[in-house]
Amino acid sequence: MAEPQHHVTPVSTYVYVFLALLVCTVLTYFAAKADFGLLNNFIAMAIAITKALLVLYFFMELRHSTRMTVLTAAAGFFWLFLMIGLFLMDYGTRMAVVLPVPGK
Amino acid sequence: MDTIAARAPVTTTAETSFERPNYLNSSYGWKSWLLTLDHKRIAILYLISVTAFFALGGIFAGLVRLELLTPEGDLMGPDTYNRVFTMHGVIMVFFFLIPAIPAVLGNFLVPLMVGAKDLAMPRLNLASWYVYNLGGLFTLWAVVHGGVDTGWTFYTPFSTTYSNTYVIPTALGIFITGFSTIFTALNFIITIHRMRAPGLSWFRLPLFIWSTYATSLIIMLGTPVIAITILLVGIERGFHIGIFDPRLGGDPVLFEHMFWFYSHPAVYIMILPAMGVVSELVGHFARKKVFGYRIVAFASVAIAVLGFLVWGHHLFVAGESVYSATVFSVLSMLVAVPSAVKVFNWTATLYEGSISYQTPMLYALGFIGLFTIGGLTGVMVATLGIDVHVHDTYFVVAHFHYVMVGGTIMAYLGGLHYWWPKMTGRLYSTFLSRLSALLVFVGFNLTFFPQFILGYLGMPRRYWSYPPEFQVLNVLSTAGATVLGVGYLLPICYFGWSLRYGAKSGNNPWGAVSLEWDTPSPPPTENFYTTPVVTHGPYEYLAEDVHNRLTQEANFE
Repeated sequence: MAEPQHHVTPVSTYVYVFLALLVCTVLTYFAAKADFGLLNNFIAMAIAITKALLVLYFFMELRHSTRMTVLTAAAGFFWLFLMIGLFLMDYGTRMAVVLPVPGK
Repeated sequence: MDTIAARAPVTTTAETSFERPNYLNSSYGWKSWLLTLDHKRIAILYLISVTAFFALGGIFAGLVRLELLTPEGDLMGPDTYNRVFTMHGVIMVFFFLIPAIPAVLGNFLVPLMVGAKDLAMPRLNLASWYVYNLGGLFTLWAVVHGGVDTGWTFYTPFSTTYSNTYVIPTALGIFITGFSTIFTALNFIITIHRMRAPGLSWFRLPLFIWSTYATSLIIMLGTPVIAITILLVGIERGFHIGIFDPRLGGDPVLFEHMFWFYSHPAVYIMILPAMGVVSELVGHFARKKVFGYRIVAFASVAIAVLGFLVWGHHLFVAGESVYSATVFSVLSMLVAVPSAVKVFNWTATLYEGSISYQTPMLYALGFIGLFTIGGLTGVMVATLGIDVHVHDTYFVVAHFHYVMVGGTIMAYLGGLHYWWPKMTGRLYSTFLSRLSALLVFVGFNLTFFPQFILGYLGMPRRYWSYPPEFQVLNVLSTAGATVLGVGYLLPICYFGWSLRYGAKSGNNPWGAVSLEWDTPSPPPTENFYTTPVVTHGPYEYLAEDVHNRLTQEANFE
């Protein structure tokens, strides 16, 4: 396995990423106030995923990490999606119970 | 007193005539222990801590069994009973069963088995012990102030809205302790990846290392989820923010999903290291390479992965959709496949092996039998039709005790007996240790087998009283718990005795060929005087080794 090379990230990069995260937070707030119909969840998740990627890529330095580290981070996300996916399998397949009305 | 030294094939007088510097005598005083960075000393610290919690959990178990001796609630009322069984579950699961094998045997053995001087991050390792005890203190505080009555599962909305007991301190204790297991798992993963001795390829690793690795993966991926779940319970209870309470717009089934996403794999956190121990014991005491080594190694990883996909079987009657329940039922049965692979391979290893019935092997054989019963009844309760009937009955209680107690504790004790000479350089009484193994096996079955029948007949769990017709089986169960208690007390006595009076064991009393026995017992602080170069697998016994041991045994008999 290749040894990771040492990279020095300028402070300005962290400042820009931090500002981008703040902008995304403000966007989340306004997105929650507006009604986009079916797109509500999609927009909220898109902003959240963008923020997570920014943290992973810059703050956690995944862009300069070994493939093993990237794989480890990806495994964490895979497991998260697995968990949410199987939760949704339950919530998405629940049927409304229709009780028989006596006398009908 | 006859000791295992009488059968030691490679102990020599020269080895025992003087005391080498080792991790036990390298420094003295309480500071040298409480500030140690040596993985072996940290393992001993963990041994003391988990034994104390095991004793406390055992006292609560004794109170439960004592109350159930008669159908009426003679000893305690329902509220007290609720607290007693909850504290039994919380302490045993989070403070004994989960950390026992990884934190004690894993801490001691992982660096030795991979030929390293220590774990990758010794300070993090020591921190994990302190964090574990800090979590334990929170829980003990809750115990002293009256405990908690929610059951170890903390189901909502009872835990968030209705319970008037110490939910938050107990949950906080579990939350904190979770970090200690994460620290340990992280250390193991990095050590196994980065610090293996020259020549020690993945397929020359002992199976205990494979199972510890798989366990560490589960801990890393699962523990954050229980931490978040517990935090959400605290937020809902403290700030009335609706997450699980339907009145506040939450969903109690969501709690069950989140709780069991960790807590079912937690069963594999308990049982996988136990399987690793049993693989070592079966290989060494049959003097054979473990049958299907690679398959057994991959089965550990398969159990770790599949174990994450089965949690929904705890929700069959909780409002989960029928479609989802059917999928989880099938997935739950799938996890039985790699588990069965292991059991069949251990059995195949015994075939035509040169089997030695020393105490650790008795525990290993006990494990195979009890785990098989626990596993097969697991397949039964994974079946939707059966689970609907036996859910929340003593059938389930018996099933998970066969896995978690009959499996994990049998293997833990087997491992302690096997590596005790390595850890302390001392021997213990063969007679008493065999008696203990027998008492544990008999006591365990007498305690829990009647509970299968009780559950099948419909006795629900978590009640302090029951109909009189169930008394005979409950008396049997309580009698068995008494025998089991004696079986557990005995090792504390003779291990304690051996620390001071036990004969010196020599470096390798079992004549084992794996790497941890390739260094003095007890090992020096740096584990190996020179970095070992590994040229063979951990179970490569030569015909000559087997012949030597058989000759020694024949002379002894």
